[in-house]
Amino acid sequence: MKIPFKYIVRNLGTRKLTTGITVLGVALVVFVFAAVLMMAYGVQKTLVATGSDENVIIARKAANGEISSIIDRVTADIIMTLPNIAKTSDGRPIVSGEPVVIINLEKIGAGGVSNVTVRGVSPQAFTLRPQVKLKAGRMFNTGARELVAGTAIESRFVGAKIGDVVRFAGDNWTVVGTFDSDGSGFDSEMWGDSNQLLDAFNRNAFSTLTLRLERREAFHDFAAAFEKDQRLQQFEPKIERRFFEEQSELMAGFIRILGIFVTVIFSAGATIGATITMYAAVANRTIEVGTLRALGFRRRSVLAAFLTESLVLSLVGGLVGLFFASFLQLFSISTLNFGSFSELAFSFALSPSIVLSSLLFAVAMGLIGGFLPSVRAARLNIVSALRSS
Amino acid sequence: MKVFKLVFKNALRHKLRTILTIIGIAIAVMAFGLLRTVVTAWSAGVEASAANRLITRQAVSFIFPLPYSYRDQITKIPGVDAVTYANWFGGTYIDKNQFFARMAVDAETNFDLYPEFLIPSDQLTTFKRERNSCVIGSDLAQRYKLKIGDEMQMDGDIYPGKWNLVVRGIYQPRDKSTDATQMFFHWQYVDERMRQDNPGRAGNVGWYVIRISDPAKAGTISDQVDALFKNSRAETKTETERAFQQGFVASAGAIITAMNFISFVIIGIILLVVGNTMIMSARERTREYAVFKTLGFSAGHLVGLILGESLFISLLGSALGLLVTYPFIAGFAAVVPKGFFPVFNIEPITVVLAASSALLVGLLASLFPIQRALGTKIVDGLRHIG
Repeated sequence: MKIPFKYIVRNLGTRKLTTGITVLGVALVVFVFAAVLMMAYGVQKTLVATGSDENVIIARKAANGEISSIIDRVTADIIMTLPNIAKTSDGRPIVSGEPVVIINLEKIGAGGVSNVTVRGVSPQAFTLRPQVKLKAGRMFNTGARELVAGTAIESRFVGAKIGDVVRFAGDNWTVVGTFDSDGSGFDSEMWGDSNQLLDAFNRNAFSTLTLRLERREAFHDFAAAFEKDQRLQQFEPKIERRFFEEQSELMAGFIRILGIFVTVIFSAGATIGATITMYAAVANRTIEVGTLRALGFRRRSVLAAFLTESLVLSLVGGLVGLFFASFLQLFSISTLNFGSFSELAFSFALSPSIVLSSLLFAVAMGLIGGFLPSVRAARLNIVSALRSS
Repeated sequence: MKVFKLVFKNALRHKLRTILTIIGIAIAVMAFGLLRTVVTAWSAGVEASAANRLITRQAVSFIFPLPYSYRDQITKIPGVDAVTYANWFGGTYIDKNQFFARMAVDAETNFDLYPEFLIPSDQLTTFKRERNSCVIGSDLAQRYKLKIGDEMQMDGDIYPGKWNLVVRGIYQPRDKSTDATQMFFHWQYVDERMRQDNPGRAGNVGWYVIRISDPAKAGTISDQVDALFKNSRAETKTETERAFQQGFVASAGAIITAMNFISFVIIGIILLVVGNTMIMSARERTREYAVFKTLGFSAGHLVGLILGESLFISLLGSALGLLVTYPFIAGFAAVVPKGFFPVFNIEPITVVLAASSALLVGLLASLFPIQRALGTKIVDGLRHIG
């Protein structure tokens, strides 16, 4: 026969302080655990959203990021003649050759400077990335030293508002508009005209080349044609989404390794807290357990009752932790992404798998923590349990 | 002295509980030590920076080069002792997961400005003489099992193409905070090839390192350097090496803040575990405390008993935790991607922080039980059923 669930739950209410402390301990651990996963997932989500499956980005094979890649114009022209590239209605290939550089801007409030990506784009870039939309002001003029700023840059850096002037490459660049890209990494960039930037930096080579394929499935054919060309040996085409996702790997991986390492260690602390609480619960209720056994409840039922008590304890802790962690989604933070060497703004992001793993984590703490005390309760001898004071 | 004996005996009354609590604290202290070590490792570059070195780089950002011709102009500024320069090479060695600094430097002067890289003079002479040679840090030599005479093949990105370099020197770090995972080779070697393949990019320097004779004049000399190139196509930004490194650390500020926050959460968790144990113990002993009071023991005695036990447990736990932190951190260093942290040591400050937070936890955890024990009337205490 099973011990009623109500009995189990109401036991938790008898020593409120101890129960509360244990729940709080589990909640703290789950909060940090979830927060770390949400941070890593946030970085990843932002960068995955940056790329599209239909676009292909070409960079130098050895390059670790866009800024260290160089594609000269001759090579760019060769690439544009490859098959399977989508064309505009007037027959031109949809390609954007982009110089990508980093400039230092002063952060608002925090003081100090940080790296901001400035991307030079060709008019086709807006066909390639339909998620980029002008939010305020106007688009840059291709004949002038003008820039548009991503929303995350506009709000975090000094001198990135409409009308402000940014000084670099010996020129004054006027910010004429702001754009929004649905929370992707482009929100942390400034865009200007490709030729204007190349001219200002006295460069004649792009950093990367992004193009649209006729069909998504054509990548294989495109890549095959690309690899066959002897002149393109030093370059590599990649699906744009994959390319940006790779830029998140270093950062997200680091946050995950460190975070999980640390939470798993100090979850041991919370587990021990649960063990101590449950041992005390068993010790306090020795006579009760004896009575239950005398009434005919089996050892297995007693074991189950105490384990359930511990599980409820940890599950409540887990839910409390997750509840507070879910509020982190309202925050957006910005930090240097190691993959691109520039500032990236992202929000904490919760996913069903994070919810699940956090709760599983909490339950595991309860199970492990409650196991030994429950075994002790189940193994109590009826007579001596009833006799204890 | 009887109080000490009682504290000790009390702590051992529930052996299992005490042991569990101590293990709990030890584990948390270990996590704390790990996090603090990561935070300090992050700013290792700041610690290692010398007061008499300035860094001059392009004002726009570090990815833009400066002309080689700036060198002579900087050297002429009074108070400037020596000048060297370098380029960030980037590229890949073996595959993209191998991180370490690869720099093209001026072979003649580089090691004069960085006395913390100890290199045997015969190796230095060979390095200076051979254009395609390189010097690597002892940690790098160990990681890739390289010895003098071995060849390293690099795939360039900023400087396209294949680059073969021969190891002619291995430097040792002078201090614990010195980075022994860097690779240096000839700036002239790289520049020569740029002159052939891409003349527009020849004669470029990534940054200048300036040694000044009087660290107190760092500010004025920095201003003088920047004033020299004001309104040119490549304006400069000069700052002390320390400020330069701090800039790098600050850029990852959000992550450091998060780690600092988590390390305080850990202390909170220790507090909960110890507090829970002390509350339980004190509750069980409510009747005993009433007996003590009846016998005429003062409030001070009770405080001593509870506080003493709390401190005893938390200090023992943190001592154990600190002890296991050392092998544990060595294990962590083996798990993170190679080269992520060139310098990864447990700093004394970490130990001090852990010990003092354990002391604080011991104090705080006893507050509630003490207040309860003192507040309970003797009669109620005697009547208490545990």
